[in-house]
Amino acid sequence: MNLSKILKNGFIILIASLVLTACATQKKATGPSGQMQGDVYTGSDTIKELASGVPDRVFFATNETVLTTASRETLRKQATWLRKNSDINVVLEGHADERGTREYNLALGERRANSAKDYLMTYGISSNRISVLSYGKEKPVDSGSNPLGWSKNRRSVTVKAN
Amino acid sequence: MLFRYLFILLILLPVKTFALIEVDITRGNLNPLPIAVSPLSIDEESKNNFEKILKKTNLGSEISIVVENNLKQTGLFNPLNKDAFLQKPDIANLKPRFEDWNLIKAQALVTGKVTFIDEKLRVEFRLWDVLAGKEMMALAFTTVPSNWRRVGHIITDKVYERLTGEKGYFDTRIIYVSEEGPKTNRVKKLAIMDQDGFNNKFLTLGNELVLTPRFSPTNQMVTYLSYFRNLPRVYLLDIETGMQEVVGDFPGMTFAPRFSPDGKKIIMSFAKDGNSDIYTMDLENRIVERITNHPSIDTSPSYSPDGKYITFNSDRSKYQQIYVMKSNGKDVKRISFGNGLYGTPVWSPRGDLIAFTKLHKGKFYIGVMRPDGSGERLLTENFYQEAPSWSPNGRVLIFYRETKTNSKGEGFSAKLWSIDLTGYNERMVKTITDASDPSWSSLLGN
Repeated sequence: MNLSKILKNGFIILIASLVLTACATQKKATGPSGQMQGDVYTGSDTIKELASGVPDRVFFATNETVLTTASRETLRKQATWLRKNSDINVVLEGHADERGTREYNLALGERRANSAKDYLMTYGISSNRISVLSYGKEKPVDSGSNPLGWSKNRRSVTVKAN
Repeated sequence: MLFRYLFILLILLPVKTFALIEVDITRGNLNPLPIAVSPLSIDEESKNNFEKILKKTNLGSEISIVVENNLKQTGLFNPLNKDAFLQKPDIANLKPRFEDWNLIKAQALVTGKVTFIDEKLRVEFRLWDVLAGKEMMALAFTTVPSNWRRVGHIITDKVYERLTGEKGYFDTRIIYVSEEGPKTNRVKKLAIMDQDGFNNKFLTLGNELVLTPRFSPTNQMVTYLSYFRNLPRVYLLDIETGMQEVVGDFPGMTFAPRFSPDGKKIIMSFAKDGNSDIYTMDLENRIVERITNHPSIDTSPSYSPDGKYITFNSDRSKYQQIYVMKSNGKDVKRISFGNGLYGTPVWSPRGDLIAFTKLHKGKFYIGVMRPDGSGERLLTENFYQEAPSWSPNGRVLIFYRETKTNSKGEGFSAKLWSIDLTGYNERMVKTITDASDPSWSSLLGN
């Protein structure tokens, strides 16, 4: 009887701690002031527009080069804009945050920009209109040494080349 | 050639030595050897001549300060305060009164003499074992007066070698990237300085981003990454002539360059379509060879000193790890298996160790492991640090460290640091601006 009581209490504590953990993880996932999902930047602080309603950049998770749903949406808008303006060529500038070694980050930035390039190409933009340039961690937009600052810096920015 | 002026080195007395003083550099040294570096004696006429040429009132004492500072920086020696010296420099150099030096607890003594002969600087110096009352070494050389700091470095190299049994690393230079301006808009220039921070010289103007300079084995050439015309490419720079050229004709970014140990090839990464692989280019016949062919990122290659192997950084197992392969790209083996990410492997000039940067739980470490991956040892932990480069004797590592900014993004700095292989003697290396990406030259040679 005693034992079952203990077990029962134990079980309740276990459930309680699971709920707490879940809360904690969820809170962490949205990030500071709700500007990150996981560690991907979802705010609008640094974003410029290539044309009205066409954001110029997409953001990445730490050490990742995979495009998020939001990034793909941005790139589809860019592709539509590029199709309408066939005289415009672009440079995709790939960047990394400061939490990595310099040389690896140069390669990572190149890979990020190419993820964006590949996606634009699947939406009909010719590869000879797109060039790629990696800056690694050399050109941060946010100088903060914190997760939010880093999330803004992990990016591929589409820049008009002409 | 980088240094036109030959040193004429001659041994004054062949001294049969059975060293009584020995400094063990294989362990952290908590009891640095008390050593007295007497000001080198100088006659009035020489003094006046050097003062006219070099604007130094007492060159003998200036050179001894160079030696003293070098010895102090090693953490292995404790140069004693000159105020306590009882014997005058000229008499000490002839025949030290060992009781006097013993009294101030000196175990070793450096004495010497500086003379102005035929527009040249002639230096002789002696190293004495105070307890045994014996001369351990005596050398003399002649050079142009403007080389006077190098004279101090060469004396230190000889003293260090005699007392530790290892080659020194004082007559060397550091090439690095000088940094200025806000974090979001840094201006970077190539810069070169003596190992002790003197004779700093900028090699580029800061018009374009430059990164990761590395010396050739002869110290005459430097290979580095430049964003000239916004095309990141590996370049070659002749320090003496200032001539620069692009290495190879690659349709994309080349980066992470280093020389092969014979100086004949550049090994580097070439990035195309989101994939970085390792290539070499022969500097004589311009033949390009592909060394790795893998869809992952392969970068930061570094040859073993015998040129038979290459260590490099790859994320072929999902995250950055260190690998070793034969120099033809065969037999790739992963060697880092600890927790965390590993980058920037660089082979020791002795061949026995690979230094690296490790990232684990938000901290950066500089560490070493054997080429088979065993014996991993972390030397220093910090918020951010990377890119170790070996001293030519494989006993000291120089790297750079960046500070964490506050919530407003303020307080950023980048500095060079050095640490002994033992994990002791961590020191900031003074530079006139912020600095990163250091590369240590080999001994400049006599």
